[in-house]
Amino acid sequence: MIARRTLIAGGAGLMLAGCEKVVQVPAARAILFAGEDMHRGLQRALQGRDALAPEYRRDQMSPIFRANGTFNPNTPDYNALVADKFAGYRLAVGGLADAPRSFTLVDLASMPARRQITRHDCVEGWSAIGEWQGPLLGTVLKAAGVWRSARYVVFRCFDLYGGQPYYESIDLVDAFHPQTILALAMNGRALDVAHGAPVRLRVERQLGYKHAKYVQSIEAVATLDGIGKGKGGYWEDNVDYDWYAGI
Amino acid sequence: MSLSMNAPPGTPLYRHRWPTRLWHWVNAIAIIILIGSGLGISNAHPRLYWGQYGANFDYAWASLPRFPAWLTIPASYNLAISRRWHLFFALVLAFGLLAYMIVSVVNRHFQRDLRFRRGDLTRTSLWADIRAHLDFRFHDPEHPGAYNVLQKLSYVGILFIALPLVILTGLAISPGMDAAWPWLLDLFGGRQSARSIHFLSMAAIALFTVVHLVLVILAGVGNELRSIVTGWWKVPGE
Repeated sequence: MIARRTLIAGGAGLMLAGCEKVVQVPAARAILFAGEDMHRGLQRALQGRDALAPEYRRDQMSPIFRANGTFNPNTPDYNALVADKFAGYRLAVGGLADAPRSFTLVDLASMPARRQITRHDCVEGWSAIGEWQGPLLGTVLKAAGVWRSARYVVFRCFDLYGGQPYYESIDLVDAFHPQTILALAMNGRALDVAHGAPVRLRVERQLGYKHAKYVQSIEAVATLDGIGKGKGGYWEDNVDYDWYAGI
Repeated sequence: MSLSMNAPPGTPLYRHRWPTRLWHWVNAIAIIILIGSGLGISNAHPRLYWGQYGANFDYAWASLPRFPAWLTIPASYNLAISRRWHLFFALVLAFGLLAYMIVSVVNRHFQRDLRFRRGDLTRTSLWADIRAHLDFRFHDPEHPGAYNVLQKLSYVGILFIALPLVILTGLAISPGMDAAWPWLLDLFGGRQSARSIHFLSMAAIALFTVVHLVLVILAGVGNELRSIVTGWWKVPGE
């Protein structure tokens, strides 16, 4: 009995130690991390470009939609905007674009809006259902004449996370998806600070950390190299989260 | 596999063909890594809910313990690296099972070895097999190479219920797959229900694995290990 337990514990221990070592080996790490590309390829093949994330009825919404990540950027620039009720807010949209320009909140609010009740899935495992409203990201990108030859759209945010600027990126498939919106309102009211005021990205087929809050500027780019540490987002750069967060 | 009649003790039987042996070991590694990394992921939010949504302010039907370092991959909490292990080996598990199932239908492993025979599922036969297990008798002397009834039940349960369930509920947790296959959510009653069933089917697989290992030891480690490595198994003495 004791021998068996020792054997199993020993085996499990070896396995565990093995796993710790494997992640340190660059080639093995590359194989393990290639799982992300396999899932992206499989999901994109199964989804088709415009497959919609499920939408819910009003009576299916979470009673309380918890906030997560940054609750308040609390920088002097951001606080000044809050004091001003975001009247001075300008969303700069540029990069690989024919007509780079900036939008006021009034500009964004006057664009045709989409309202959707969707599920927000955190990488940690919890889910919350809420109603989001705002213009399609695609409309905004077209208004700035973003080139279809660009590959990614980068979102820079007002908040610092662990002292570093938060940013995120998605590719053009998700950028022009019919549910990808710049949310200005949540659950029927203007977005509050905890949930990302004044503008928050909704990219409904991916996990929560992709839904950048406090969006300050949008840039269309050909490559993610040279932005942050080059992996396409704060979490991707600093903690090895997957850039493609469809699973 | 071969149901050689009245083979005397010590007779070598070719019991497991190479696809079965290969899948067994690939799957064994995948299961261990998936459970270890999955428990690491569980530590990120150790609460289980029923329904479409569920977060800190909602009612959780289960609050799981924090799984200790010796059970999780990696040992020290790292959600990103747990997910990397989990999502890579999820592909190994799912496509491995798919390939094994196709091969096992084609080479008739399922039809020959896992099919219930007339009288297998009667109360008398089940009771007799339970009593035989309690006496540590695992083989029918008439058909020493054949699986016993409880063995067939547990293999069928793990192959056709628990493993497909853990894979499909895993897919239902994925927001990308919910867009591709919305029926996944209808099947399980929402993402958080799927997440709960994912955990429960993992627990069933873990229990199966423990019982499986105990029975291997009781039936004779050397003989059983040889048969799942080389395919050759010797009819045990009475």
